[in-house]
Amino acid sequence: MGNYIGKSMKRVEDPRFIQGKGKYVANLQLADMAYLAVKRSPYGHARIVNIDTSRAAALPGVIAVYIGQDLVDGGVGAMPCGWNVPDIKVPTRYPLTIDRVRHVGDGVAAVVAESIYTAYDALDLIDVEYEPLPAVIDAREATADGAPLVHDDLPHNISYTWALGNQAETEQALAEADHVVELDLINQRLIPNAMEPRACVAQWNSAMEEMTVWTTSQNPHPIRLLLSAFTLGIPENKLRVISPDVGGGFGSKIFHYPEEIITPWIARAINRPVKWVSTRTEAMMTDSQGRDHVTNCRMGVMNDGTLTGIYVKTWSNQGAYISTFAPLIPTALYITLLSGLYKLRGVYGEMWGTMTNTVPVDAYRGAGRPEASYLIERLVDLCADTVGMDPLEIRRKNLIPAADFPYQTPVAFLYDSGNYHGLFDKLEEIGDYEGMRAAQAAARAEGRVVGVGVTGCIEASGPAPSAVAGSLGSAVGFWESGKVRVHPSGKVSVFTGSHTHGQGHETTFAQVVADELGIAVEDVEIVHGDTASVPFGMGTYGSRSAAVGGSALVRSAEKIREKMKKIAAHQLEAAEEDIVFDRSNGKLYVKGSPDKSKAFGDISFAAYTAHNLPAGLEPGLEETSFYDPANFTFPNSAHLAMVEIDKETGEVKLLSYYAVDDVGKVINPLIVRGQIVGGIVQGVGQALWENGYYDESGQLLSGSLLDYAMPRADGFPTFVVDRIETPSPHNPLGVKGAGEMGTIAGTAAIAGAVMDALKPFGIRHLEMPYTAEKVYRAMHASNGGGD
Amino acid sequence: MYPPKFDYQRAQSVADAIALLGQNRDAKLLAGGHSLLPVMKLRLAQPDALIDIGRLAGIKGIQMEGDRIVIGALTTHAMVAAAEGLPTVLSEAAGWIGDPQVRNRGTVGGNVAHADPASDLPTVFTALHARFHIAGPNGQRVVAADDFFLDLFTTALAADEVLTAVVVRAEQPGTGSGYAKMFNPASRYAIVGAAAVVMVENGLCKAASVAVGGLTPRATRAAAVEAALTGQPLNADSIAAAAQAVKNDLNMDELLGDIHASAAYRYEMAPVFVQRALTKAAERAG
Ligand SMILES: Cc1cc2nc3c(=O)[nH]c(=O)nc-3n(C[C@H](O)[C@H](O)[C@H](O)COP(=O)(O)OP(=O)(O)OC[C@H]3O[C@@H](n4cnc5c(N)ncnc54)[C@H](O)[C@@H]3O)c2cc1C
Repeated sequence: MGNYIGKSMKRVEDPRFIQGKGKYVANLQLADMAYLAVKRSPYGHARIVNIDTSRAAALPGVIAVYIGQDLVDGGVGAMPCGWNVPDIKVPTRYPLTIDRVRHVGDGVAAVVAESIYTAYDALDLIDVEYEPLPAVIDAREATADGAPLVHDDLPHNISYTWALGNQAETEQALAEADHVVELDLINQRLIPNAMEPRACVAQWNSAMEEMTVWTTSQNPHPIRLLLSAFTLGIPENKLRVISPDVGGGFGSKIFHYPEEIITPWIARAINRPVKWVSTRTEAMMTDSQGRDHVTNCRMGVMNDGTLTGIYVKTWSNQGAYISTFAPLIPTALYITLLSGLYKLRGVYGEMWGTMTNTVPVDAYRGAGRPEASYLIERLVDLCADTVGMDPLEIRRKNLIPAADFPYQTPVAFLYDSGNYHGLFDKLEEIGDYEGMRAAQAAARAEGRVVGVGVTGCIEASGPAPSAVAGSLGSAVGFWESGKVRVHPSGKVSVFTGSHTHGQGHETTFAQVVADELGIAVEDVEIVHGDTASVPFGMGTYGSRSAAVGGSALVRSAEKIREKMKKIAAHQLEAAEEDIVFDRSNGKLYVKGSPDKSKAFGDISFAAYTAHNLPAGLEPGLEETSFYDPANFTFPNSAHLAMVEIDKETGEVKLLSYYAVDDVGKVINPLIVRGQIVGGIVQGVGQALWENGYYDESGQLLSGSLLDYAMPRADGFPTFVVDRIETPSPHNPLGVKGAGEMGTIAGTAAIAGAVMDALKPFGIRHLEMPYTAEKVYRAMHASNGGGD
Repeated sequence: MYPPKFDYQRAQSVADAIALLGQNRDAKLLAGGHSLLPVMKLRLAQPDALIDIGRLAGIKGIQMEGDRIVIGALTTHAMVAAAEGLPTVLSEAAGWIGDPQVRNRGTVGGNVAHADPASDLPTVFTALHARFHIAGPNGQRVVAADDFFLDLFTTALAADEVLTAVVVRAEQPGTGSGYAKMFNPASRYAIVGAAAVVMVENGLCKAASVAVGGLTPRATRAAAVEAALTGQPLNADSIAAAAQAVKNDLNMDELLGDIHASAAYRYEMAPVFVQRALTKAAERAG
């Protein structure tokens, strides 16, 4: 096959990042630039009695000060929701709030000034009179009678409800089970913290009436669409959105944000380029946050360990406003995953999406799927305990057999392919599960507190197809564009509608196209992130880029090969069917006579000179495809972790971690390993450290990195990562998503390990994160654990 | 974030710095900037002027003068961690401060002058009976550790004084020391930090010096622990028993708590970390 697919190649983008040569939005300096800063609410919930901007406006160097009503009067529209589940109520949201602040960090005014320092000085001079209101921060408590209303027009703070599954069958499956385990659990709030904070620069060309917006987005085309059709009102053909190098997103840079609207609106108003760069403090209170579910769940199990069904009720905290794709996450990316890797008779979930006085919540790496995996895997462990079975054994017993694929779950998904028993075989091979259990027993005999967590997780990646997404409430499609331009010299530029912000597309996609065309990987350049040069594309999220964006490139490359064959046939005086395109070296030759051949560059050149083309064939060598996949792909994994708890302090230490993932065909094992390991680290972060912590009034108490605990390298052992490859039949590359599996499994594996460690203490459940004090208190409140 | 306007002056000498401080009562000294600049960027501190002492070579570095060790105020944590011949408790604590950037820029003087209750060095210097050399408009003065740290973010330094050095004694034969720390998982400051120095003679603890920090507004001398150990043989049991006595040294009303660790939890952790510090110190005493 190809020369590159399947090879670990170092990322071509890394030298520029490592040498500080990346070009980020914040690096952009334009002549005559002005600087924007946003005045933000210090309250979780308050009525705005009055805003006096006069002192700020009078400060020398201040160009203008705007409040929410100014934007609305200036034509700014309300921010739309991009995923409208049936009967959803989407509260009205403007880029700057007008009547009330609904979360700490809610924007109330914007200052544009000659320098960023002046802009910040001016913020201190804006006098906002607030009348603090009672706040609500918990997703379930928000629905209680008498709870403060975040939006007056959303009774009980409910934005939407959603349900999926065979409810009656599930109830019966539980009723007929020998045991039903029940658990109330919380999947806590997380703050994404991409390394690069968000930023936006806008430049208005008053002569052409054209706007250029540079923004830190994972998907510049959808942002342009939203700006054009909903918020800013500049037509798409007069609006260029550029998302250059972006330093991480993890989902938080998918969404349409207020500053992306305010910055170009002001640039046009003052007819000068304007720059806004988020501070870390702002990022913590304005970037969309993740998770935050309150759940009651039940699982049925027979005495022999057969799992019968799962029944889930979840309250999903949407925060103060509905972020762009917020309703998608806890519905079609969560309840649809509740079957896990298991063959279950009944699967049913229902969901309340509720409003609270917290930062809006939306997709964060894993997005719905970690929430599903965490609760499934907790329940499976409790089932194992109940029937006295080993956690690995109960999982093996209930895995969907390889022969059952494609497998239809009771919650809509048709799993594409998998070899779940093979995953666990491989895991036992690399992880020595038996040995770990023996080590645990020995440690326990010494009085140490050691636990082993084993977990099997499913992911749905590359949301698709577009028609189904539409029927589920999506305002956009989930196809991807890919354009391959072969230059006369045979060098290739590739234009992808997906966007890389750390995933390494510039390397992976070059590997794909180089193999498709039989050329050197160095001869392929990947272009992305600019609506002026790239065909409309959907961007990167949901582990979709290789499966959907990569497939679009395969399709375009196929078209290129076809056209080149036509030209070669003409020049070699052979029938088109007799031309072979040798994908190992890009040569085109006549079947049976390899000496009658043309080099790749000969044909590309001929395509542009057009001196000798077949009759009727257009000159040029450039092809575009819009690829709409038939279905999601379903990556899956088996992970194994061992932890030790310091008995005296409650501190948890991760001792070892083994991961086997099936992400389908692997294009670049080095990059996939990086994705898996990085994902696991984020997953472990949720289990052990991270917590977006609000007090009752809606104050964000973990609003800086002094208090929000991110994972650090010294908290981790060396990872042992391996894989099996079951190609997905749903795309020409056979790939599944690789970006989120680590996060999905990492949290569940650590949860399993910590709870396993605490089993001798009679502790059935603790909420994440497993902080030292929480674990210590639990151990000391119990009588178990010996001495 | 962005601080409000301030003036900036670079001092040419310690005397110059003192003179500049005298001229501007709202000025602040700038050393490595790792504590001061963050609070300025958050606009929690708004000094009119910064007087940069960061380049004053004369108060940077470590000098051994017999068994006196003179640590210039501008010595970085990385230099302390790497230096030979310092009390182990000090090298150990310095090596665990923050991360490499913080250790390469942050200074000993800035750390103790800032007097963050979660800092490690105040606890260590209390246990080491360090002496703080201070230069001011009226000349030099020397303040003992117990009198230097006064309260949360408050020291004996007057607004127009410069800390020039911290002086500790080299470890004598038969002496061992150690630092034990519960790290705040976010900031890496101490949730509880314990510093212990023990001197062993003929199998008995001749002298012990112990301090705890992180959980009180200022580093707390663990006098009850010291008393419980002095004259006793040093073994696991005696150390465990003595460590418990730290609870007598702590004033329940002053204990600090936050979202990472409640005051009550820190109170229970104090003996654990005192015990760990003492255990290391006793082992190292040989
Ligand atoms: C991310 C991070 C993690 C950290 N983790 C830890 C930790 O784990 N443990 C720990 O102990 N500390 C920790 N610190 C604190 C760090 O040790 C201090 O910020 C640093 O040592 C302060 O020194 P500086 O030279 O940067 O002081 P500056 O910030 O320049 O000054 C701090 C204060 O001291 C005053 N000052 C400075 N020098 C003098 C002097 N010679 N005389 C009089 N006043 C002076 C200044 O005016 C200012 O008020 C951490 C800091 C950061 C940013």
